[in-house]
Amino acid sequence: MGSEYDDSATFSEYTLGPEQLDSIERVLQNDLIDSGVHSVMLIDMAGNIIAQNDNGQCDHDLYSLAALASANFAAVDTMAKIVGEEEFSLLFHKGESENIHFSKVNPEFLLITIFGKDVTLGLLRLKVAEAIKKINEVW
Amino acid sequence: MAFVNMKTKEVQAKIVFYGPGRGGKTTNLEYIYKKFRERIPTEMVSIKTHGDRTLFFDFLPFDIGKIMGYDVKVQLYTVPGQVKYDATRKLVLKGVDGVVFVADSQVEQRKKNVLSLKNLQENLATYKKSIFKVPLVLQYNKRDLTDMPLLPVEVMEKDLNSQLKVPSFEASAVTGQNVVPTLKKIISATMASLQNVLK
Repeated sequence: MGSEYDDSATFSEYTLGPEQLDSIERVLQNDLIDSGVHSVMLIDMAGNIIAQNDNGQCDHDLYSLAALASANFAAVDTMAKIVGEEEFSLLFHKGESENIHFSKVNPEFLLITIFGKDVTLGLLRLKVAEAIKKINEVW
Repeated sequence: MAFVNMKTKEVQAKIVFYGPGRGGKTTNLEYIYKKFRERIPTEMVSIKTHGDRTLFFDFLPFDIGKIMGYDVKVQLYTVPGQVKYDATRKLVLKGVDGVVFVADSQVEQRKKNVLSLKNLQENLATYKKSIFKVPLVLQYNKRDLTDMPLLPVEVMEKDLNSQLKVPSFEASAVTGQNVVPTLKKIISATMASLQNVLK
């Protein structure tokens, strides 16, 4: 039975150094917060927060948000597979004044963006795509 | 899959309470939430059905203070215990660092405990994790019940722990008996498995 298991996966953990985190935080600030996004989080699929930034006016419960966002993404991803899709490319919830956008960075990470009426979905998607490209270059 | 942030010296680890439906997983978290209210700055998140059964998971972030110079945050999750929710149960296990298996001590639940433990083994295997290697603690819950026939602990040990040989606790999530020792044990086992990075 042992050969079916990946021993390193059993005790998997990962570490990001200060330089990598600084680079990621710079991307979140320059590409997203400076474009008018209210709050942004880079999380992993287990719901851990890797990096976070906001415009200073948000007071969200980030740990709960990250847990729910990763679970929501995983649920939608599983639904996609059930209906025969590789993935749903746009994951977006629209609210009265706040919207939330999910984007897969790579198989392990998600970018969660919260934004208001002052940013259009089109611009947001463009900015998120640029940010994801830069974040992937950090690894 | 714990995340170690070298910049803020913070560790985030995921601990999942697993077990058969109505076994007391949510009650464990509720007791912890009540007991450590002042150390938990946020509300406990529960996604449940109208009938108050866990639909997706409960979530409780818990700051346990400093270990080896790192600020350690454990994220406590429960899974839905009902058999039909296996798809969501599997999702909650993603990236798990430690598991508490909450077994129901009632005689009539004996088979459900064994099936649920087997289900845990299968679902961990989908993430290429072995139940024999993941940090795991067993909790024999509902020992406080007096109006129901309970399984002797020796029987539960034989059913569930004869191969695993992991730490186990007789507990009552409703009264809080051994809830905190269970939590402490799984936290220390989980941290021990992360020690190689926390040097």
